[in-house]
Amino acid sequence: MLKPKVCILRSAGTNCDQETALAFKLAGAACELVHINRLVSNPADLENFHILALPGGFSYGDDVASGKILANELRFKLVDALQKFIAAGKLVIGICNGFQILVKSGFLPGGRPSKPGRDIAASDLKQNTSLIINDSAKFEARWVYLKPVGSTCLWTKGLKNIIYLPVAHGEGKFVVADQQLLKQLKLNRQIVLQYSNVSGELTGYPDNPNGSSQNIAGICDFTGRVFGLMPHPERHLYAAQHPRKDRRKKGEDGLQIFKNGVEFIKKNF
Amino acid sequence: MQYKIEVMDKPGIFDAVGRGLSRDIVDLGIKGVRRVKFAQVYILEGDLAIGQVTSICQELLTDKVTQFYKILTVPKPLPAAGCHTIEVAYNPGVMDPVEASVLKGIQDLGISGIDSVKTAKKYIISGKLSTTQLNTIAQKLLYNKLIQHIVNPQVAQTDTQHLPNYNFNLINVDLLNATDRRLLEISKRGQLFLNLNEMRRIRSFFRKQKRNPTDCELETIAQTWSEHCYHKTFRGNIIYRESNASPRLGNMRIKNLLKSTIMKATKELNKSWCVSVFKDNSGVVKFDQNNNICFKVETHNHPSALEPFGGANTGIGGVIRDAIGTGLGAKPILNTDIFCFAPPDLAAPKVPPGALHPKRIMRGVVSGVRDYGNKMGIPTVNGAILFHENFAGNPLVYCGTAGILPKDKSFKHTDRGDLIVVVGGATGRDGIHGATFSSGELTNESETVSSGAVQIGNPIQEKKVLDTILQARDQNLYSAITDCGAGGLSSAVGEMGQELGARVYLDKVPLKYSGLNYMEIWISESQERMVLSVPLKNIHKLISLFANENVTATVIGEFTGNKRLELYYQDKLVCDLDMQFLHEGIPQIAKQACYVQTRHREPRIAQKKNLTGVLLKLLGHFDICSKEWVIRQYDHEVQGGSVIKPLMGANNDGPSDASVIRPLFNSSRGVIISNGINFRFGFIDPYWMAASCIDEALRQIISVGGSLEQVAILDNFCWGNPDKPDRLGGLVRAAFGCYDMAKAFGVPFISGKDSFYNEFNVGGKSTPIPGTLLISAIGLMEDVNKAISMYAKAAGNLIYVVGNTRPELGASHYFDLYQAIGNQVPKVYPQQARQGFIALSKAAKKGLVRSMHDCSDGGLAVALAEMAFSGSLGMDIFLAEVPGVKPGKMSNETVLFSETNSRFVVEVQPDKQRAFEQQLRGVALGLVGCLTEKTDFKVYGLEGGVCIDAKVGQLKTAWRAPLKW
Repeated sequence: MLKPKVCILRSAGTNCDQETALAFKLAGAACELVHINRLVSNPADLENFHILALPGGFSYGDDVASGKILANELRFKLVDALQKFIAAGKLVIGICNGFQILVKSGFLPGGRPSKPGRDIAASDLKQNTSLIINDSAKFEARWVYLKPVGSTCLWTKGLKNIIYLPVAHGEGKFVVADQQLLKQLKLNRQIVLQYSNVSGELTGYPDNPNGSSQNIAGICDFTGRVFGLMPHPERHLYAAQHPRKDRRKKGEDGLQIFKNGVEFIKKNF
Repeated sequence: MQYKIEVMDKPGIFDAVGRGLSRDIVDLGIKGVRRVKFAQVYILEGDLAIGQVTSICQELLTDKVTQFYKILTVPKPLPAAGCHTIEVAYNPGVMDPVEASVLKGIQDLGISGIDSVKTAKKYIISGKLSTTQLNTIAQKLLYNKLIQHIVNPQVAQTDTQHLPNYNFNLINVDLLNATDRRLLEISKRGQLFLNLNEMRRIRSFFRKQKRNPTDCELETIAQTWSEHCYHKTFRGNIIYRESNASPRLGNMRIKNLLKSTIMKATKELNKSWCVSVFKDNSGVVKFDQNNNICFKVETHNHPSALEPFGGANTGIGGVIRDAIGTGLGAKPILNTDIFCFAPPDLAAPKVPPGALHPKRIMRGVVSGVRDYGNKMGIPTVNGAILFHENFAGNPLVYCGTAGILPKDKSFKHTDRGDLIVVVGGATGRDGIHGATFSSGELTNESETVSSGAVQIGNPIQEKKVLDTILQARDQNLYSAITDCGAGGLSSAVGEMGQELGARVYLDKVPLKYSGLNYMEIWISESQERMVLSVPLKNIHKLISLFANENVTATVIGEFTGNKRLELYYQDKLVCDLDMQFLHEGIPQIAKQACYVQTRHREPRIAQKKNLTGVLLKLLGHFDICSKEWVIRQYDHEVQGGSVIKPLMGANNDGPSDASVIRPLFNSSRGVIISNGINFRFGFIDPYWMAASCIDEALRQIISVGGSLEQVAILDNFCWGNPDKPDRLGGLVRAAFGCYDMAKAFGVPFISGKDSFYNEFNVGGKSTPIPGTLLISAIGLMEDVNKAISMYAKAAGNLIYVVGNTRPELGASHYFDLYQAIGNQVPKVYPQQARQGFIALSKAAKKGLVRSMHDCSDGGLAVALAEMAFSGSLGMDIFLAEVPGVKPGKMSNETVLFSETNSRFVVEVQPDKQRAFEQQLRGVALGLVGCLTEKTDFKVYGLEGGVCIDAKVGQLKTAWRAPLKW
């Protein structure tokens, strides 16, 4: 089939677009950097893509709250196009600021269709989780171990072992409106990645760099096709990026995530 | 109608801001605070229905999951007893970056009729506190009166103070009939910082013209002739005398110090890979067949002294614009930041009046860099922080940026008839007099006199400018570009139009708010602005390209070809100057420089059998200790190019030497960045300080597996008042040290900067900072996969010391532990050093080196300890094997703590021993020990007995403790 096409969404303050594009290219996709203004003026444009990637950065300076303003732009200007996109079985990934945007616009964890097989209605898009300021009250950049949790997320399909990726954020603490929801997420197998130590135990700071409840680092929606995570898989594509490469540790932990997305499109489109 | 909204965390949500603040209050020594709650305040003005305000709160301003909001329209009742509120808001005219975003967010909700948004921060402090204690908390932690004020909590209506309109009225300054005394008054009152000779020169120029200058003309000359823009000291004449100094430079008359030292070395070395040096906004060198690399380091000392966050924020923002303004525009690929502060534990009485406490300055500066660098998406990969009490009134903040640009986009030129286009942020009253302000000493009144020079940046505005500029560059839409830095439009347009002449219509410049007069528009240093020279045929395409991403680009004039600077405001001529006088009219006067080598007391320190305690003390020295608290706040991974990261080790927390990044995804070619700085050596002799800084910067490049083949360096001098002969004498020696070493090592200078008048003046008594030179080095690496890190890798591997150790404890950190300086300053022996550097880089290329660490602050002991504890491995070391050691002639202390230059600690696998030693043949080399499984750090002294015995964990704890905030 044709190369899967990835829309890498840019806005004022996006700054991980280039390396995200690289990751998808290495995974075998074709990428286009698309400014939000272009999509807002022509939402139908989105139909030309198979994957929507929301890269890291500080959209609109993270003013008010991280990702908030771009999240609202999605909610109020692009909601139909996005729902159509997801309903069509296409994929969305949000990394760091992208994850914050998906959470604050309600696309993650997202609702459940009222009836099986029905699409998720716009009314289901309520923000019921959040990513708030780290317990350390400051921005921190460090490498973290991540434990893949058996989830419905197709982006992490086949990931069994602990992976090693950098985080770099000030507002990454995952919190939920009520504990009931946490159970729901477990039940639906929507928890995708958890911060852990090297041997996979759920430990505290700094292994859990921000104080996330249940050490949650990434979640997906009900379909498993919309995925958001705070760590940066696009920053670990080569062995040379690994902080201890000269101890012969292998790199590339991040690449598999992008490959999974691209493979899924190749199979289904 | 005005609505005031407070947003707070719901009960049960961890209020990280409040919690952090409680800790800081305790640090102030104030007890009795039960808790601190934080509220974000928004003040909305406009024609809004309450329903609209509610949905703004629910949909935009509040995080439903964790926060709640209050809308206050009526004056609030007094806070409950034992509950105090402090509300901090920006002063009128100060940039509030959040404002624009909130306005956009409200428009996205489909709500119109909003006029303005202001934000404020509110702190609710419960506990028994006196009014004085509250004031202390407010002043020391919560606000800076230069940019903020405390809002009266009883008043719900916050006066947003709309500024008045401006009515044109041309002001002439009477120079023609001015006496010398009057001339000086005019200079002082106008904050022109022009001396009598310069004022006289201007007077005679206008006497010839038979007219008085306008205030704008006088101001333009002051900006152009300021130390900051013209570098009078380095480019002027100096009469230099010295006594009992070694090496002797001899008395001499120097015509242009820059051309006789720094630039001379570059000229004589004449490297083919130097693309553009000392011309553009930064120095440019070759990277590969298609790309060049540019590098520039700036200082922002005086603004950072007054408003640490804003000063550092706009400092890094400014140097990033230097990269964007280089050639036809470079993409920034890394930042580097080096600071000098007073010790963060400085006793309050030692803080000079009018100065902020060093701990607050440090926190503010770090936040400023973190905010701007991270939001720009540029990795901050390298830096250093040093401490000395004489930085209390005048800290040093160096910010550097390297960028990459296509070979065919590395030069600019302006054509007659090209349009002058200003791009990016609107112009406000911020930063008036920044350039001239940095050309005078700080005093305890500086904060009142020069508060205009203080400002806050808006990184997202600059990111938008960067994104769009690079698109416009690749479509060849403009012919030249430069940034608006010190002096604002007056410097940017003045420089670009120097050859051709320029005409500017000041009323066309987009403004943040009304009320600016023509001169303020011309010299304002509002951030995030670039100036382009655009051929007429491209103008529409260019403006719409910027508009597509919400960036303002405005035509404000044209380059004329009549070699004059003509400024209009509402069609009235307000400035008409001859470019030649403006740029070459400055009178050349000779400054006196005198250097007398100071003899310091030689300390008598009793020799110790057990030096474990001394090593622990050294590791806890503020200069040497871990800077992890700072480094982690910088995103050093963004752009995905980082290879040798600032922190590396078994637990990713050891202190790397240089940093290595890979700027292009499709090539394994790397850029190496390092710095050398050591003001302490300058206490003994600035010549050897300069030599040592260069040696240190190059050492670090070698340590990560680089080579001397293509290394370029930058000089940044931060000095006291150059009109005082003793200060200038030291500067001359440092400059000649730079020349000698650059020549000997074969590394050209490609750019540099100087910052003078770094003195703090209280009641007529002026304290200079220690004359400080920063050398930044940039090198290339063919294959980043061959890069080497500094931490110990495997037990059983051998530890070598490369380079002779000499009895050079002068100005060492070991002496500093005993408040002594001494006189035996480390020297540099470039021929031997070079030989070692070259042999080591060959060994590294051949894969014979497992890890390598540069030996600097704290000497051999600290370098060995850092290597061991970063790798969580033990070490057995035998001092008798250290090269250069003369048993009987040297003490264990000398061998361990002397800060002799050109030395390395190297880890080699046993199976590589022969190959490594062969490669190093002819170089001073000693096999001093090996790495061990168990985690003991053992050093055997010259007489054979153990002189240091510690667990590596214990060493690491001592090293991490001081700045573990």
